Amino acid sequence: MAIDLRTVSITPLRQTFGHLARRMGADKPASRYIEATMDLQPVENYHYRPTWEPQYDIFDTTRTAITMKDWYALKDPRQYYYGAWTLARGRMQEVAEGDFDLVDELGLAAAYPAEGKAQALKVFLPLRHVAWASNLNKAYVSSYGYGIAISQATCYASMDQLGVAQYVTRLGMAFDDLDALAAAKTAWLEGAEWQELRRYVEDLMVEKDWFEVLVAQDFALEGLLYPLIYERYNEKLNAAYSPVFSMLTRFQREWFGETTKWLDAVIKATGADNADNKAKLAEWIKKWRDRAVVALKPVAAQAFGAEADAIMAELVQNLNARAAKAGIAL
Amino acid sequence: MDMKATKKLGLKERYSLMTRDLAWDTTYQKMEDVFPQTTYEGIKIHDWDKWEDPFRLTMDAYWKYQSEKERKLYAILDGFNQNNGHLSVTDARYINVLKLFLGSTPPLELMAARGFSMMGRQMNGAGPRVACQMQAVDEYRHFQTQIHSISNYNKYYNGMDEFAHQQSRMWYLSDGKSFFDDAITAGPFEFMVAIGFAFEYVLTNILFVPFISGAAYNGDMAAMTVGFSAQSDEARHMTLGLECIKFMLEQDPDNLPIVQRWIDKWTWRGTRKLAAVGMMMDYMLPKRIMSFKEAWEMYVEENGGALFKDLARYGITIPKCFGQTIEEKEHVSHQSWIGFYMKPGATPFHTWIPTPDEMDWLSEKYPNTFDKYYRPVLEFFDAQEKAGNRFDNKTAPMNCQVCVSTMKFNEPGDPMEMCFRESIYKGEKFHTCSDHCKEIFDNEPEKYIQTFISSHQVLQGNCEPEGVDVNAPDFQPGKQILDYWKLDKRALGDFNGSEDQKNFAAWREQATKN
Repeated sequence: MAIDLRTVSITPLRQTFGHLARRMGADKPASRYIEATMDLQPVENYHYRPTWEPQYDIFDTTRTAITMKDWYALKDPRQYYYGAWTLARGRMQEVAEGDFDLVDELGLAAAYPAEGKAQALKVFLPLRHVAWASNLNKAYVSSYGYGIAISQATCYASMDQLGVAQYVTRLGMAFDDLDALAAAKTAWLEGAEWQELRRYVEDLMVEKDWFEVLVAQDFALEGLLYPLIYERYNEKLNAAYSPVFSMLTRFQREWFGETTKWLDAVIKATGADNADNKAKLAEWIKKWRDRAVVALKPVAAQAFGAEADAIMAELVQNLNARAAKAGIAL
Repeated sequence: MDMKATKKLGLKERYSLMTRDLAWDTTYQKMEDVFPQTTYEGIKIHDWDKWEDPFRLTMDAYWKYQSEKERKLYAILDGFNQNNGHLSVTDARYINVLKLFLGSTPPLELMAARGFSMMGRQMNGAGPRVACQMQAVDEYRHFQTQIHSISNYNKYYNGMDEFAHQQSRMWYLSDGKSFFDDAITAGPFEFMVAIGFAFEYVLTNILFVPFISGAAYNGDMAAMTVGFSAQSDEARHMTLGLECIKFMLEQDPDNLPIVQRWIDKWTWRGTRKLAAVGMMMDYMLPKRIMSFKEAWEMYVEENGGALFKDLARYGITIPKCFGQTIEEKEHVSHQSWIGFYMKPGATPFHTWIPTPDEMDWLSEKYPNTFDKYYRPVLEFFDAQEKAGNRFDNKTAPMNCQVCVSTMKFNEPGDPMEMCFRESIYKGEKFHTCSDHCKEIFDNEPEKYIQTFISSHQVLQGNCEPEGVDVNAPDFQPGKQILDYWKLDKRALGDFNGSEDQKNFAAWREQATKN
């Protein structure tokens, strides 16, 4: 039986804010994402120029070589405003918490074969520093990017990477091994196998074009690193030992799958705006992809030995396919 | 988490492992190139590791707490909206508080989000960087929840629909814009003193408590819930601002005079912004919480005074402007309201003359000033309005070159005399509203000659809607200013007789009677 619940119905004068009605082409209700995002960043009548970079306005489209007719075309298909983002992450952290608890309860880390553990921690733990660099580089994009669509998505992604760095740290602690964290830091700073990667992220810390930082950090580097480690390497460990590392890095895997949708949509919309953007994106993707391959090769070699090259080649193909799908011909 | 490794670690060590142990000193790029902004202001930091984390919140815990808060908040907003909650406010005049709030506050929270993101990138200590990033993402929360809570009111009442367009164009929003533009264009340490300390610590209570309590007192559960939900974030932000001051002062004695000058500057700049909060409290809330004067005494004189006493051990003295703010607490709310009443054609919110009861309340709360200076003005305006001669000041206002407030404040010690100051810089004359604003101008004239003053810009043809040819022979600057502002005529002028007033009455009738 259908029940008709009655409420007092009052006809509104308008459905949404003026700037949103103009954007949507009609006065209709706007989603909370749209309300929280579109056309909110100031674009005019700034009072003062930054004392730290007087050549620019506070928000300035010329901080990147990319041009857009509408910077809010860079919208997020996940529709993450703060509330939606934090609810999604709240659920993910609850699952992660359960995983960490279970590993502890069942003593899975302690039971992990010593050989596999040493090998795995050597690969995983320096990644906490990579995530930290990612946090910083995404903070740059968020700070100087144009429009709230890109600034908020990268702000959330930056905080996500702080979370990743902390989850990797907890992974080290779950194996009851603070020494391994210290050794991993030394390896990150001095070990030959990590130096190209460290150079890569440090070079991005002084790169001024925020869109290039986004392409280099998020698309090129993470587009190879995450499948390499959090998918392939986990699969290898699962097969050889047990799925403990897969459990304790579930957050990273889910994060990458979800974030890729957002990033590819951003790349696609940017390329679709004009041909110069397309050419620029292709140039950046090639440049940073090739550098990322150099940076990740020694890491892949540690993880996969003789199979490393073949796996890297496959991942590069996948990345190229992602670019092609977003309309960027490399 | 309950593991052996963590049992060995104290909270502090664990948090350190989760934050600053992640960081390293770069070697492929020089640290001063990675963090190029932290030296030019003259602040000397010798050891970033001495930073005491003001709170220790890892991301997993952050997501857990914040998602619980968001779930509750949006459930309440949905319920409030579904049940026509807007009709439960005390009276429709209250909605003008929301118009004032929507225009002035979410845009500034947004600037805080962007500014703290910049701090979260530029500070070269890992501790302060993480704390600033966390505040940045909180500020996204604040401007978005504020917009979401007011969104439903916009559907039914006039004057809220163009806040995004108006944030950079409306003359009276220019003071808030200049405040945040000033902070964000300053160096990172000054930003932290301006926003982290002066705004979020010294003045935050008098900014937000009246709005939130005002919402609670006047039946606005949407805004009230947003405010309460933000309080635990604000508590974190306050500890960050205070830690930043202490850190700078402990690092080097040479930092003291710089920090003191910033505290003087930003306490005053913040105070000037508060005039609008004052008029909201004393004139716009149908059910009052307390007077602005009482709030000033409680939140600024007592709490702020205690804070500065606490900072005395670092050599910090009470802000120079403190004495003047105490004198002004009995005046600014009246001067502001009267100022807005006199401009019925230029704001997207309504004004009105207080009822006789409300005037008596003001007399009681302001025994030294209301009857003597302000009641006669309001009664005169009231009589003129009733005689069909409603006062309407159509001239462009004169603005302070620093705080961008309209010139309306009195000479210290003389309520009958308007206060003007001027400075000559490079042969040009610049006007300020007070000794404190003049001092700020004189310290950094190159910055403040850039201020965007609407009244001047209109005359230069810079405030015209798209498509207007400013070189046409018959061009008249400012003739189409309402279009430039996208100001809905229904939102202008007197509350009495407004569409809002009529609709609210009709809808309440519909919702409560058969």
